[in-house]
Amino acid sequence: MNLLPSAATLAALVKIGLLVGGLMTAAAYLVLLERWIAAWVQDRRGPNRVGIPLTKVKLFGLGQPLADGLKIILKEDFTPSGVDRVLYNAAPLVILAASLAIFAAIPFGSVLPPLGIPGLPDPVPFLVAPGLDVGVLWVFALSSIAVYGVLLGGWASNNKYGFLGGLRSSAQLVAYEIPLGLGLLGVVLAAGSLRLDTIMNAQAETGVWYAFAQPLGFIVFMVASFAEAARLPFDLPEAEQELVGGYHTEYSGIKLLLFLVAEFLHMITAAFLIVILFLGGWHLWGVTGSSQEIGWIQALLRFGILSGKILGVIVFFMLVRWSWPRFRFDQLMNLAWKVMLPLGLVNLVTVAAVEEFRPQLVAALGPGFAGAVAIALPWIACLVGWLVAGVFTPSGTDNTPILTHDPLDIEREMAEHERLERAPHDVSPTLAGSR
Amino acid sequence: MKPTDPAITWLEEKPLGLTERLYLPLFLQGLSTTARHMVSRKVTVNYPEVRPTVGNPLIYRGVHRLNRDDAGRVKCVACFLCATACPAHCIDIVATESPWPDREKYPESFSIDELRCIFCGMCEEACPVDAIELTSLLDLTGKSREEMIFDKEKLLSVYDMTKDAEPMKSKTLAAGGMATFGTAPGNPTTAAGGHH
Repeated sequence: MNLLPSAATLAALVKIGLLVGGLMTAAAYLVLLERWIAAWVQDRRGPNRVGIPLTKVKLFGLGQPLADGLKIILKEDFTPSGVDRVLYNAAPLVILAASLAIFAAIPFGSVLPPLGIPGLPDPVPFLVAPGLDVGVLWVFALSSIAVYGVLLGGWASNNKYGFLGGLRSSAQLVAYEIPLGLGLLGVVLAAGSLRLDTIMNAQAETGVWYAFAQPLGFIVFMVASFAEAARLPFDLPEAEQELVGGYHTEYSGIKLLLFLVAEFLHMITAAFLIVILFLGGWHLWGVTGSSQEIGWIQALLRFGILSGKILGVIVFFMLVRWSWPRFRFDQLMNLAWKVMLPLGLVNLVTVAAVEEFRPQLVAALGPGFAGAVAIALPWIACLVGWLVAGVFTPSGTDNTPILTHDPLDIEREMAEHERLERAPHDVSPTLAGSR
Repeated sequence: MKPTDPAITWLEEKPLGLTERLYLPLFLQGLSTTARHMVSRKVTVNYPEVRPTVGNPLIYRGVHRLNRDDAGRVKCVACFLCATACPAHCIDIVATESPWPDREKYPESFSIDELRCIFCGMCEEACPVDAIELTSLLDLTGKSREEMIFDKEKLLSVYDMTKDAEPMKSKTLAAGGMATFGTAPGNPTTAAGGHH
């Protein structure tokens, strides 16, 4: 009996190790990046002190994540007395486990050149679970489970801020799953696969990223993924100005750390999905090629391009945070149900029609012109849909209180009004009386 | 206050125009503002290495000093006006008979608890002989509470330390005010008015 693990198992373990290590490091350094960008946007310098421990080397503050992590781990892990202990402890585990498990189906590069290791099918893809045909479903199922972490945390804390945060996030995340799914469906329809690596390959082969082929789907998906990652302007579940910390108000120490890491993992996931589904994944015109038989340089180049694009999207996420104020909750819901849902449907129908009639188009117009038409139609749909949504959907809410005309009340108001008229300089009647 | 209160003026909100309803122009506007600030000059400094510039030393309220007169004696006449004006009660003066003929009293001891001080500048305003002044020294640190109670000698030494960079404010103002401080911005009449 062979007790040694097979080459495929070993390869998967190596990939898991690299991915989890990389993601955790990335999450830690994204905190630093977020603080830097926050500082730069506010004309400050940002954290630039902590460098290599026990030396005076500063390295632009690159040691900050280590200090931050150490500090939060060493802090007291305090459990308030009124909490539901089982759920309270389970919530951070649920959210972190789900956010990490998502990456099993997300490719983080293209493929490696043939290694020639016996028992390992070549080429080795940059994907922990290669050949998972339901990759997109896996990603969405697990990101929905991550919502449970937020809900459980908010509920189990037995705290009104936590409860409100959990309540808000349940409504918000449920509402934005739908536009997210609609934006995704257009891509799945066009690529004909639920596998994320196939979707990337499809974009690389045609050279037309789905952001250009389905602009409306891209916008809807982008907005919805901001909301799913609970980033500003959709960060109502935590909204520190109004809810202290939202669902993680009552958490401290390592449990809070798990929540915060999971939040950054959500953002990384959202960036991965935006890049893979709409921005061509590892593809860049004239640089990466589109073939699956590649050398080492190209394999690394593709990995680098994918990472660069993801970093770009994340920086965009962070810039957006400092550019727009938070939506009010009714505006958030209006946007989800009255704007994003119809726009997502418009995109889906347009893409479906284009894909359905593509053979006829090619036969009638020739491949080049048909391709142009297939891109132009979704753009027209995007412009028209955007215009209609902008003109006809309610963008504001009238906050003027409805004045009740109670006759008794009016008489009193009139009397008060007359009294004020007689003494126009006295702003407050009580002050006038005491004089 | 009720919504029907006649003292309230209800303003009609301007209806949103097409560009605002389409959101995209405002989106780009917000993003460009953020991007502009990303690369603009930073207003903070790398503090211990780079010292922040004090805009106008005449109106800056930093560490106190006790001025000396032309003979090198302490200018203070122990009138207690500063201690009376002090809202934080951080000035402690022990007055005694003056050994000099030009005044009746002088401070035997004069101490300021810099930890209690709120740096409001009222002592400087109150002083009739311009003896106590606030310098533009801004980093005041110490390792114990006792160390932070500045006695007369320490306050005089602050004067000795800063007199070249910051001459006495009354003399500066008499000699044409802010003009001597080449870099000092602001309105000279406001600052001068505050000291008379």
